[in-house]
Amino acid sequence: MATAQRPVQFHSKQISMAHGAGGEASRQLVEGVFLPAFANSLLNPLADAATFLIPGGRLAITSDSYVVHPLRFPGGSIGELAVNGTVNDLAVSGAKPLALTAAFILEAGLPADVLREEVRAMATAAERVGLPIATGDTKVVEHGRADGLYISTTGLGLVDPRVDLRPDRVEIGDCVLLSGPIGNHGMAIMLARAELDVEADILSDTRPLTHLVAAIVEHVGGEIKWMRDATRGGVATVLNELARDAQRMISIEEEAVPVDSAVRGACELLGLDPLQVANEGQFVAVVSAGMASRALEVLRGVPGGEQACILGEIIAGPYSRVVARSAYGGTRVVDMLIGDPLPRIC
Amino acid sequence: MCLAIPAQISRLPADDDPLATTDIMGVRRRVNIDLLDADPPELGDWVLVHVGFALSKISAEQADEQLRLLSLLGEASAAQEEVEGYDCGDGE
Amino acid sequence: MKYVDEFRDPTMIARAFEEIRTLADPARHYRIMEVCGGHTHAIFRFGLKDLLPPNVELIHGPGCPVCVLPMGRIDDGLELAGDPHVIFTAFGDMMRVPGSQGSPLESKARGADVRIVYSPLDALKIAEANPDRQVVFFAIGFETTAPSTALTLLKARANRVRNFAVFCNHVTIIPAIRAILDSPDMRLDGFIGPGHVSTVIGCRPYEFIVRDYGCPIAVSGFEPLDILQSLVMVLRQLRDGIAKVENQYARVVPWEGNLAALRVLAEVFEVRAHFEWRGMGFISHSALRLRGEFAEWDAERTLPIRGVCVADPKAAQCGEVLKGVLKPHQCKLFGKECTPEQPIGALMVSPEGACAAHFKYRGAPQLVTLG
Repeated sequence: MATAQRPVQFHSKQISMAHGAGGEASRQLVEGVFLPAFANSLLNPLADAATFLIPGGRLAITSDSYVVHPLRFPGGSIGELAVNGTVNDLAVSGAKPLALTAAFILEAGLPADVLREEVRAMATAAERVGLPIATGDTKVVEHGRADGLYISTTGLGLVDPRVDLRPDRVEIGDCVLLSGPIGNHGMAIMLARAELDVEADILSDTRPLTHLVAAIVEHVGGEIKWMRDATRGGVATVLNELARDAQRMISIEEEAVPVDSAVRGACELLGLDPLQVANEGQFVAVVSAGMASRALEVLRGVPGGEQACILGEIIAGPYSRVVARSAYGGTRVVDMLIGDPLPRIC
Repeated sequence: MCLAIPAQISRLPADDDPLATTDIMGVRRRVNIDLLDADPPELGDWVLVHVGFALSKISAEQADEQLRLLSLLGEASAAQEEVEGYDCGDGE
Repeated sequence: MKYVDEFRDPTMIARAFEEIRTLADPARHYRIMEVCGGHTHAIFRFGLKDLLPPNVELIHGPGCPVCVLPMGRIDDGLELAGDPHVIFTAFGDMMRVPGSQGSPLESKARGADVRIVYSPLDALKIAEANPDRQVVFFAIGFETTAPSTALTLLKARANRVRNFAVFCNHVTIIPAIRAILDSPDMRLDGFIGPGHVSTVIGCRPYEFIVRDYGCPIAVSGFEPLDILQSLVMVLRQLRDGIAKVENQYARVVPWEGNLAALRVLAEVFEVRAHFEWRGMGFISHSALRLRGEFAEWDAERTLPIRGVCVADPKAAQCGEVLKGVLKPHQCKLFGKECTPEQPIGALMVSPEGACAAHFKYRGAPQLVTLG
């Protein structure tokens, strides 16, 4: 509980890659540098999207940037990721996407065909969810000053009036739902870099979550209390954020965690915890106990939601902590990722 | 102190590639099997892989024996006598 | 997954715990050391600790190669990494371990060419692909890992790769176990032996534990059932008042070890007279260095290495924790100055380190009663 109240200090003397990895180091950067400077009621909840009231409804706004290496990877590419990622931040805020902006930072020397391909990928991904890319910007930096192509987006959406997502609504007994198998995106990227000489047929799970979210909103609506897409830092990190923000303890069933065989094999080989590996097409939702099985049934009925599961529940406990229970009754603490996931040999 | 995991040999070293290929639940990693020179693995054998090297062959018989002994745990004391007689190798 | 899931069977695990509860004499307190950091990790990872009877206490041993590496060696390595001509390669485990001037990841952030490799062979491959750069492989690990460095060096010599050098930090486990047993403030009832080291060295080297110290030991695998079965073996020996070396992990560990691996170790390495262990001081004959025949590939001979000695922060009690004399939370810095995000001691960095494991776990024992 102490972590929730103690103001975060940013100790690092310089920025390291870990500060962008979405885990504990990113949290320290955001809460130790940005939050104290920008603090305001829209930003303070540090949600995937900020929402505010306008005449006629509640507007959601989110921004994101994409700096993926390699630009194309099994199962997707930076362009597709940029659209899906932004759409998903809106979706898990309970918002229907209205429009998207896209800013491009291009490195001189980038082959025009590569750019053309990514722009086409963005158009296809946007069309898939009926979303206009409304405006954009282009800057070019000198060769060697960037990694080919960076994309920065802003997404605007209208929040469904039936949803009210707040960590303080999360209560003991509520169920934690997960939309499907985890770890595919992070592992696909790690292997696509080819530095580890490990091969597997693992595809990124990048996809829009709009239809899955829309389905549970339609059927469960106000009984959804909290949602987040489990991107960098994986499910472990979003659950820890939930535990901290809701001041609750979360217990998940180790056996319930859906992990594809090859992802599990790669995690065993590299000593990684699939719960800490990034996803680009999965989300976690907290639903009241009474509606959890209904929500699960709905999710499983939507194409792409077949492997949804009830991951665990909110339990009574003195700590804002996430624990995983094994089938034989052992418990372990599931921590946030610290820095990037690094392969281990010991 | 050392992370090593069981993997199955899916391709043996060949002239074009001195490394064997192993399969771990559909994940492929090429490994050096020089440390198993005395008793080289065959296709389909299981080996223990650490930092890209096969350290040891996994014995199916020994694994079965371990599981059999484990299955006796918590059973009648008569069965325990047998477990106590269990001692691998010739160290005693 | 074959040879993994069989050893995680919940029913059998429950029965193994039952057996341990039956064996543990309530009138006794058992202190059993798991030597290997891999076991420490597994014990926490699988939540085994809380299900043991309270009088069966597991003491975490020194078998975590990044935890025992003194700061000076990291500083030496990173000084090499600071040369723009150098590509510094190391296992992922090393990347966040702090030297006095920061960790390899922080060096990378300052512009050094620091790369993670999964295998020493990958480091050699980088050298072959970058003939105009000097590639340094920061070698760490016990006897499990050292043969792979040795084979890589043999390959470097065979392929005449001149721009590849090994900064050798390989250590050996037996002298560390002896140092712990000789430590006057230490009382142990038995050992869970390091299974993967034993694939190389076999089971014989542990006989002195039995002979000279009367302690039982079971060489153990890393799955939950392996560890529990090893505890059963040790507790049975203690019940019967005997001490012997048992091999729980016979599916992987041959009693004599891996002779080919021992041969390449002898060919490439020699034993150092002394080597500093973080927190434990200098231990005789506890580490390896490259033989003279491999001087060309020995970073300590061909590259400017100062051999700095850096004292650990005074208040840090890594040594006592490493030796099992102190529990991690009894260290003055634990959870205050020293946390996984801002580690001072390496025990707080590695997922195998006793302090990191305890930190993650702090306050969690109450959980057993939940649900």
